[in-house]
Amino acid sequence: MAAVTDRLVGPSPAAEVALDMVKRGLVVLPFGMAFGALLGGFNGAMSVTYGMFLVLVNLILSAALLAWASKISFAAVASAALGGYAMRLGLIFFAVWIVKDMSWVAMLPLGITLIVTHLGLLIWELRHVSASMAYPGLKPKVSRSSSRPVAAGRR
Amino acid sequence: MSIIASTAAQISELAQEYTPAEAKANAGASGAGMAYGLAAIGPGIGIGYLVGQAVQAMARQPESAGQVQTTMFLGIAFTEALALIGFVVFILLKFA
Repeated sequence: MAAVTDRLVGPSPAAEVALDMVKRGLVVLPFGMAFGALLGGFNGAMSVTYGMFLVLVNLILSAALLAWASKISFAAVASAALGGYAMRLGLIFFAVWIVKDMSWVAMLPLGITLIVTHLGLLIWELRHVSASMAYPGLKPKVSRSSSRPVAAGRR
Repeated sequence: MSIIASTAAQISELAQEYTPAEAKANAGASGAGMAYGLAAIGPGIGIGYLVGQAVQAMARQPESAGQVQTTMFLGIAFTEALALIGFVVFILLKFA
C-alpha cells in the first residue's frame, strides 16, 4: 500500500516568498518615506512607514501560519488560511485603531500605503515566482561565478 | 402589530434625541461598519474556495505540494487586497 502524504515535507516555499517580499519592502521603505514626507511632511512620512510596517508584518504572519500548518496537515493549512485571514484583518484593524488619535497619523497616506504597498509588492514578486518542481518557491538566479543556477534565498 | 407600533415609537423617540448632524454621523458610522463587513465577505469566500482547491491539488499530487503552496500563498494575498480596500474605505469614512 502506498504511503499517504498529508503534510508538506521540507522547507515552506511560502516563507521563502514572504521573506523575499519583505526584503523588497525594506528596499522600497526609504522611497515611500520620502514620498510621504513630500505629500504630508513628518506626519505623512510616519504614516507611510507605519502602513508599510503593517503590510510587511501581515505578509510574514500569513506565511508563518501557512508554513507552521503545512507541517501538521493539509487540513490544518485550510484552517490556518481562513482563520488567519480573519485574525490578521482583526489585527490590522486593532493596529490602526490604537494609533488613530495620535498626532502623527494621517489617515489618507496610511490607507493609500496599505493598498499600494500590498499590491505593489505582490505584483513585483510575481516576476520572481517559480513554477518548477525543483524550485517551488522562487526562480533560480544564474550566478556570475559559475554556470549553475542558484535558488534565490537558498545560497 | 403591537411590536411594530412599539418599535416605531422607539425609532421616533431616538430621532428626537439626536440633532440632524448627530444622526448623519451615526448613519455614516453604521454605513462604514457595514461596508467593512460586506467587503470582508467576498474575499472570505474567495480564500475558502482557493484553499479548498489547493488542498485538493496537494492531496492528489503531493509531489507538487510546494509549487501549489506558493501559488496558494500569492492567491491568498491578492484576494486579501480586496478586504484591505474595504478596510481603507472604512478607516477613511470613520477616522479621517
